[in-house]
Amino acid sequence: MSAISEKLYRRRRFKNGVALVLAGAATLFGLFWLVWILWTTLVNGIGALKPELFYQMTPPPGSDGGLANAFFGSMLMSLLAIVLGTPVGILAGTFLAEYARRSLLGESIRFVNDILLSAPSIVLGLFVYTLVVKQMGHFSGLAGAITLALIVLPVVVRTTDEMLKLVPSQMREAALSLGVPQWKVTVQVLYRSALPGIVTGVLLALARISGETAPLLFTALNNQFWSVDMSGPMASVPVVVFQYAMSPYDTWHSLAWAGAFMVTVFVLCTSLIARAIIARRKVAND
Amino acid sequence: MSTDQALPAGALSASADAVARRADADRRADRFFRYLVTGAGLFVLAALTGAALSMLWGGRLAFSTFGFEFLTTTDWDAVGKKFGALVPIYGTLVTALIAMLIAVPVSFGIALFLTEVAPPWLRTPVASAIELLAGIPSIIYGMWGLFVFVPVMSTTVIPFLTRYLGPLPIFGPLFQGPPLGIGMLTAGIVLAIMVIPFISSVMREVFLTVPTRLKESAYALGSTTWEVAWNVVLPYTRSAVIGGIFLGLGRALGETMAVTFVLGNAHQLTASLLMPGNSIAATIANEFSEADSDIYLSSLIALGFLLFIVTFVVLAIAKLMLMRLNRNEGNR
Amino acid sequence: MTNLNLAVAASLNVTTPSDQATSAAKITARNLDFYYDGFHALKNIRMDIPEKRVTAIIGPSGCGKSTLLRIFNRIYSIYPKLEARGEVLLDGENILDPRYPLNRLRSKVGMVFQKPVPFPMSIFDNIAYGIKHYEKLSRADMEVRVEQALRQAAIWDEVKDKLKGSALGLSGGQQQRLCIARAIALKPEVILFDEPTSALDPIATGKIEQLVEELKKDFTIAIVTHNMQQAARCSDFTAFMYLGELIEFGETETMFTRPSKQQTEDYITGRFG
Repeated sequence: MSAISEKLYRRRRFKNGVALVLAGAATLFGLFWLVWILWTTLVNGIGALKPELFYQMTPPPGSDGGLANAFFGSMLMSLLAIVLGTPVGILAGTFLAEYARRSLLGESIRFVNDILLSAPSIVLGLFVYTLVVKQMGHFSGLAGAITLALIVLPVVVRTTDEMLKLVPSQMREAALSLGVPQWKVTVQVLYRSALPGIVTGVLLALARISGETAPLLFTALNNQFWSVDMSGPMASVPVVVFQYAMSPYDTWHSLAWAGAFMVTVFVLCTSLIARAIIARRKVAND
Repeated sequence: MSTDQALPAGALSASADAVARRADADRRADRFFRYLVTGAGLFVLAALTGAALSMLWGGRLAFSTFGFEFLTTTDWDAVGKKFGALVPIYGTLVTALIAMLIAVPVSFGIALFLTEVAPPWLRTPVASAIELLAGIPSIIYGMWGLFVFVPVMSTTVIPFLTRYLGPLPIFGPLFQGPPLGIGMLTAGIVLAIMVIPFISSVMREVFLTVPTRLKESAYALGSTTWEVAWNVVLPYTRSAVIGGIFLGLGRALGETMAVTFVLGNAHQLTASLLMPGNSIAATIANEFSEADSDIYLSSLIALGFLLFIVTFVVLAIAKLMLMRLNRNEGNR
Repeated sequence: MTNLNLAVAASLNVTTPSDQATSAAKITARNLDFYYDGFHALKNIRMDIPEKRVTAIIGPSGCGKSTLLRIFNRIYSIYPKLEARGEVLLDGENILDPRYPLNRLRSKVGMVFQKPVPFPMSIFDNIAYGIKHYEKLSRADMEVRVEQALRQAAIWDEVKDKLKGSALGLSGGQQQRLCIARAIALKPEVILFDEPTSALDPIATGKIEQLVEELKKDFTIAIVTHNMQQAARCSDFTAFMYLGELIEFGETETMFTRPSKQQTEDYITGRFG
């Protein structure tokens, strides 16, 4: 090997080494922040945990209390959002995968759905504000649930679409060749085959809405008291966390950390379960 | 075996009438189901259109009162009822830009590490961990930013920056100001931390689509890992990588909670990145409940409309870029 | 009708589809053309599938043999841009007529596919699924029907202890026999096999071929295969197709010993395809 190519080779090796070290450093850098954030939440959150969280209401400024009404409000609104968003999402996903696979309309809806999937949630909050809150004349848990349902919708549409596309076309043909009509084939055979994927989608959607804050500010607002009335303002954990974290009171800060901790744990657990379902399905398919 | 089997043409053809009736019912049910799913599909379309139109409608008062000046003026005066969106627009763009400047190279490094460099046993766990962390609600990032990161910024980072970068000629003014901790730089960094998991996950998935034979033939020619990444993987995936970056940009532009905590809600235009500012999303989140006049409310909704349009365009570009890779793959 | 008669009738029918009453043809294709998004995939097919016999359709890949089979139960019609023109008569009625009820057609003409595709439900429900759509049976009657179908498909002994278990746990060959049982359960008159063994190992293939032999007592069978030995082993009649045309149709034995067309001979002796 000549001296020049030897030198060139060494320079290439050096450049490669630097780049790879930087790539490793970038990974450490990224993980560093994420671990730091998670650690902060865990430490502050566990320190703020106490039984009163679950049976006392959110307190007035400066005093101590719990988050019971916020937990309940979040649960109620998330549940209603899933109940509203999932069926529409599954049907729309069915339309994309089974009825409009290569049509222009199907492609446009898929495009719009993907945009909806990453659109800022605050925008959806404003939409529901003008559509529901303004018409009703006041903030309400129902409006909050509708907003969250609009966030659930594209997630479910996407997963349903993708999962149905994974069902082999021979499964459809086999079922249709029995003379069973298409809607029955879809509902009884294809959905069953795509079920784990759809459940995963719903769980991911649930994880996503349980931490949503911004859109609830203009829809459900907040409520200091226990309320089961969906037509009135309703508390939710993220909004309470926001309000309390921005306040100057230490007792409120502590409650905010407790709420943040609960939300984080819930989100992480839900996503882990969702992943486990999909992973198990992959193993079963191999 | 029973004798029944010897008569395969069984009861079904006997009652041809019933079968025909059944066929009619099936056809009707099929048609109904088709309408149902088509309606659901159109609903998705309507949701997005409805969101755009409702905000345009809600913001019409602001648009008609201020006209084009809404975009170019900096006043934000609730008492004098004069509103201009330049400060939040500026803040949104600057914080998103800072976020991308940090997040894009870091994400590229992470994706490269997870697809080409790391030992195989490490790849999946780290990738899963990063994806999992991408699901943490933004309000957590905001709280961490306010309670943990802002103090670090104000006691350590900002004094350092003002001391060493402040006196510089052209860039100096960007880094001058009191060490408040909150401000556009802090918001940009928090945003970067938030979008890194998104962008790196997309990039990683995109890098995984590069056919092994393509990489192997480059390695066979004696290329180093970096050369393969830079000369084979990146050109092959270029459009999708840009798509992933735009996806992250869309998030950064529209992110509300993480920014609201650390941006400072100040309606003033400053050159310094260390000063408090505002973003579109943060303005809406902070002031919506205080909006006491129609024009105030309308201005906030008009801001929402602007945000919607900008993110729509950014996300549409992202989607188109990502689709190009899929199409290439299909052709192969 | 005797075997000889039938063979004669069938071989005559290649060029002149004769009167339904005197022929033993179960399915008759007349002037059948098929278009695939403008592409002329089948050209003027005239052919009879004789009743209670096994008819094999062979030919190189892309010759249209699967396409032809998929017309016989109109399964092609679930995809857009496909069009069949001409006539296909099932017991003298044109099944391509849009007024011919689809579920009637599919209850008479069952189909088994290349890859075994059990539904994601229990073995029992796989069989019962199609029946439920046509008949309201009591639990006991349904059990009888399911058992019959499974016995007839020669899989009963292997699955009788795990009827409630998932069908996805069966081996490939068992899954394929389950799919055959699922088709049989509707008591069809015709069963179409679309390369039913191409995804199976030789032992499982042998079992399916044996089963086909058994089933022709009760059903009219058409089987598409790319495996000429398979056609020779288990069919009574063979149709050879090439580039969308039916080149030759006749008794299997004749076709494989004294083919009348040069192309058929070339294909059978392995000179192309």
